[in-house]
Amino acid sequence: MLQSKAVEITVGVFVALGLAALFVLAMRVSNLSFASLGNDAFYEVRAEFENIGALKVRSPVKMAGVTIGRVGAVEFDSNTYNAIVVMRIDKHYDRIPDDSGANIYTAGLLGEQYVGLTPGGSEEFLKAGTTITQTQSAVVLEQLIGQLFYGQANKDRDARQ
Amino acid sequence: MIGALRALGRKALGFCERLGRAHVFLAYTLLGVPESLYRVRPLFYQVYAVGVLSIVITVVSGLFVGMVLALQGYNTLVDFGAANSLGIMVALSLVREIGPVVSALLFAGRAGSALTAEIGLMKTTEQLAAMEMMAVDPLRRVIAPRLLAGVLALPLLATIFSAVGVYGGYFVGVGLLGVDEGAFWSQMQTAVDFQNDVLNGVFKSVCFGAVVTWIAVFEGYDTLPTAAGISRATTRTVVNSSLAVLALDFVLTALMFD
Repeated sequence: MLQSKAVEITVGVFVALGLAALFVLAMRVSNLSFASLGNDAFYEVRAEFENIGALKVRSPVKMAGVTIGRVGAVEFDSNTYNAIVVMRIDKHYDRIPDDSGANIYTAGLLGEQYVGLTPGGSEEFLKAGTTITQTQSAVVLEQLIGQLFYGQANKDRDARQ
Repeated sequence: MIGALRALGRKALGFCERLGRAHVFLAYTLLGVPESLYRVRPLFYQVYAVGVLSIVITVVSGLFVGMVLALQGYNTLVDFGAANSLGIMVALSLVREIGPVVSALLFAGRAGSALTAEIGLMKTTEQLAAMEMMAVDPLRRVIAPRLLAGVLALPLLATIFSAVGVYGGYFVGVGLLGVDEGAFWSQMQTAVDFQNDVLNGVFKSVCFGAVVTWIAVFEGYDTLPTAAGISRATTRTVVNSSLAVLALDFVLTALMFD
């Protein structure tokens, strides 16, 4: 049987190891580093889209390819039948023109979808509660393929006539 | 025919009776848990016995499980050109399922069987009866600290398992297979949620710790006081707690991740 002091030390090391592992999981593996910034570390901006495709809560919001925030909520407006995306943008990026456009892009052919902001020319900057009006919906692959086939069929018919 | 039915009936009744005894046993043990919280010396020794001594097996298995996950996942993902998502696959499967479950199975084999044998031998050599003679409640003094230690130790072991496993996957995926390091970590961080994935995994392992230790101490306490009885009780601990972990994992997963 071990001395009780040695037992206590090894138990202490064990607990410390376990907590360190949890810390690694929190900081390195999961996204706590961004989510834990708290309420005052970002501001919320809204944008209305006709179709958001597969955009989800926590999808990145990017500008020039750099992630500057995340989607905080996705709502449905039953008056306009549009989707309202609430974006949480890091407080550091507070000089984004308020006539910037928001598009929904796909990372790669089958990748995740994200909101891409393109800067406008306004002197005023986005702040909490602003609504972005210049928006462009997600490209839905099925629609695109459908249009392609439809266009091809029309072309074939024209050629026959 | 009647004889077979009777045997079946006796089996069923015996099962129910044992289940009832296990619950009464648990209830009396839980009464002793607050007491063993401030009687820290025995608790520390039990955490040492079930937790510290299980670190090595947990770390080694975690490392290999993570490495195998990366190796197999890569082969499938690379066909879809999605090898960059390897980090997501390794981390999510470890944190949600494999970490808690495999470390609970290891725990049942490494610590649960030892608990059963120890308590079974205490009963066989009438140490527990001797304690009762001295008006010391063995449920409070012997069983309760062991149960508490199991509940405390397994979540820590499972977290260590998952963290080591992720690094095992990193080593194979990035080091050997050439997945991009930045994509490996950043995609993982985008996909793994601390509360929904990591904390739910920890909660799972708390449940597994309680169930495995409960089965282990009950089998030891309920053993036939013979050498064959202890051997049977130890076997039953490993078999029953492994089955319980796997079944409970299904229920918990169905409840947690919809």
